[in-house]
Amino acid sequence: MAKKEELLAGVIARLIGDAKHVAVGAASPIPAAACELLRAKGRAIRVTRLHKRQGNPFSEGSRELFDLAGQGRIDSFFLGGAQIDGEANINLVRAEGRRFPGSFGSAFLYFTCRTILFREEHSRRVLVPKVEFISAPGWSPPEVQRRGGPVALVTGSALFAWQKDKRRFRLESVHPGHSMDDVRASTGFDFDAERVAETPLPSAEDLALLRSSVARQLACDYPEFARRVWGMESRD
Amino acid sequence: MDAVRALIQRKAKNLRLLGVPVLGMSADLLIGAGCVAEVHSSAVSLGEAGLAPRFSEAVERGEIKVVDYTCPAVHTALQATEKGVPFMPLRGVIGSDLVAGRADWQVAQNPFSPAKDPILLVSAIVPDVALFHARWGDAAGNVWVGRRRELATIAHAARNTYVTVEELRPGDMLEDELLAPGVISGIYVSGIARAEHGAWPLGVVDVYGIDDAHLAAYAAAAKTREGFERYLDEHVWQRKKSSLPA
Repeated sequence: MAKKEELLAGVIARLIGDAKHVAVGAASPIPAAACELLRAKGRAIRVTRLHKRQGNPFSEGSRELFDLAGQGRIDSFFLGGAQIDGEANINLVRAEGRRFPGSFGSAFLYFTCRTILFREEHSRRVLVPKVEFISAPGWSPPEVQRRGGPVALVTGSALFAWQKDKRRFRLESVHPGHSMDDVRASTGFDFDAERVAETPLPSAEDLALLRSSVARQLACDYPEFARRVWGMESRD
Repeated sequence: MDAVRALIQRKAKNLRLLGVPVLGMSADLLIGAGCVAEVHSSAVSLGEAGLAPRFSEAVERGEIKVVDYTCPAVHTALQATEKGVPFMPLRGVIGSDLVAGRADWQVAQNPFSPAKDPILLVSAIVPDVALFHARWGDAAGNVWVGRRRELATIAHAARNTYVTVEELRPGDMLEDELLAPGVISGIYVSGIARAEHGAWPLGVVDVYGIDDAHLAAYAAAAKTREGFERYLDEHVWQRKKSSLPA
């Protein structure tokens, strides 16, 4: 039986699609596992993990990442949010009187990369009708230059596709163990839903890779995660 | 971090911090110790150790002013100063609430485009002081930061640059072709002080790593004002006593 984390890594791996260069932010072990899964399957994909303790790919400091993205050299990126709304706006600044760390590079990278929104918590607290602060907007008027933007929203309960023309999410699939009614009840914004499937589990081959080479890779940069999910012991 | 502890010991007040592009434990300590009036940054967090508790509480209580940025806007504002121009354009960001109500950012029409093409203009930032820790300083007044070139950008943009270093070396690192690309010329450096292990509990690449356990302990302690005061007492005030000359 696939674990929740393995299911989510499988979903994200499918969403990454044909991307050649994917950047993964800090504290994102599941997106990192998805990238490593694609690599384990022999896909020629370059994965730039930010805040990685070893193997820094940049020699011009942290600004090089943004220059790379600005030129279109990074295809896919992941963003989360303290709040995400039905227009795919994300808020990393403040919600319900609480202060969060801040917007980081979101207001730039959301414009430059195909962005997979990922937040494990699926609740009305997170998925709100309207964010209290727009760190990065989900869409822009046609005159604003924008190569990137949302492609999908993945949560611990479901997968939504972003419909750019309608500026609305469409529920694609519900993860095993959750129902359409659960998802409606725990989502604060309105969304389209036709022919909703159950999210497919990772294949036996993918599961075997996740539990071997991917787990070993993740143990370096996300030791806590690798221990919790796969019982990997840290090597240092 | 030794410089941060020294600032707290000297009871610095009304500091305005600029994160390039983000801030972490140094800022949280200074904020908790009452040294800070304003924070300008893309984020303040303890990374893997979680939220920066003194920052969050100070903002929630309205004790400090925050000007929120997004990472590349900080780099762009400093690069403008580096080049001596008043502003630089940056793509993206338009439509974010970060732009609203700011006198130092403006959305303008790209003058070279015949079509409608709004673009963000970011005013140059001139920091009074650049403060950071590096591996080496040398007798010629240069500092080696390796691939952390954003530190060079801050030094180029700031009026004064003060650096603590792990080690002071004889000679001139700019004469060494292999070291030179990672060097900030002494032209920009106002002062260097040796502070061995001075980044602790953060790390210096290839010398010592981040003290994750200490950071996690700090994150837990600083959740309450009392826990934070105990931390300051142990790691800032006691340290001062023990470092006094005999």
